[in-house]
Amino acid sequence: MPTKEEVFAKVQEALMDALGVDDDEVTPEATMVGDLGAESIDFLDIVFRLEKAFEIEIPRSELFPEDILTNAEYVQDGKVTPDGVEELKKRMPFADLTKFESNPVVQDFGNLLTVSDLCRYVESKVGA
Amino acid sequence: MRWFWIDRFVELESGRRAVAIKNVALAEEQMDGYGPFLPLMPASLIIEGLAQTGGLLVAEHNDFTERVVLAKLGKAVFHGPAVAGDTLTYTVVAENIQADGAICKATSHIGDRLHAEVDMVFAHLDDRFQGVDLFEPAEFLRMLRLLRMFDVGRTETGEKIKIPEHLLHAEREEAAAIG
Repeated sequence: MPTKEEVFAKVQEALMDALGVDDDEVTPEATMVGDLGAESIDFLDIVFRLEKAFEIEIPRSELFPEDILTNAEYVQDGKVTPDGVEELKKRMPFADLTKFESNPVVQDFGNLLTVSDLCRYVESKVGA
Repeated sequence: MRWFWIDRFVELESGRRAVAIKNVALAEEQMDGYGPFLPLMPASLIIEGLAQTGGLLVAEHNDFTERVVLAKLGKAVFHGPAVAGDTLTYTVVAENIQADGAICKATSHIGDRLHAEVDMVFAHLDDRFQGVDLFEPAEFLRMLRLLRMFDVGRTETGEKIKIPEHLLHAEREEAAAIG
């Protein structure tokens, strides 16, 4: 079972390879999209690399809950409803949604995920 | 001019690796225009050849039912030029093929010399691209035969790979329509 440090090191390596960024850019607080410049296709690359590095399976809906963000039941006027936010929390216990919750604009969701969120997600998969 | 940037497959192990060759000739159009007085095979077209090799390897794994597109290059390192008379041997290894795409590592060799290394991400077009066909099936099958994929292709257990029924069906339909 890998330690948290080992998980971070492998996640960092995957992000460096997938995004062409330096190790000092991949800090725990860095956001995937805003700070590291990840685009949608990069997430496919990142998921592939994490699955290989940790020998895990990553169901796409766990990391990218698009079904919630496109569900009329959970989105009104471009914002996620309180029920929707609860669903997101259930689906993504590894992500810190506090900031998003204060102004849950769907468009901003893509820039939520940080490196430490990703590490927490992997930890939950490998039992670190 | 047809958009073929490999000449033929020489090996294919289903879902794992493919080897194709590209012979570079002075008569080819790209050798004139790319570097006047310095006829080189453009790196971009070498990447295209590697992508064709890898894309067809990935597509074969799913019996050509997925629409495979090159989505991203990770790294692309060239160790030297390719010139007329060179035979480039493209080797693509599929590291991970899944429902939504694949990652592959590709190399180009000139003889024994490592010439280029490229990391590629392929994506399968999903429902957002409904109605988008990359190839006409009968024409696609002709291309695969021309590239000798079914002559050299083997399954993991060493048997010859079979031509998928849906492609043969398209070929029969086309023949019937022509009469």
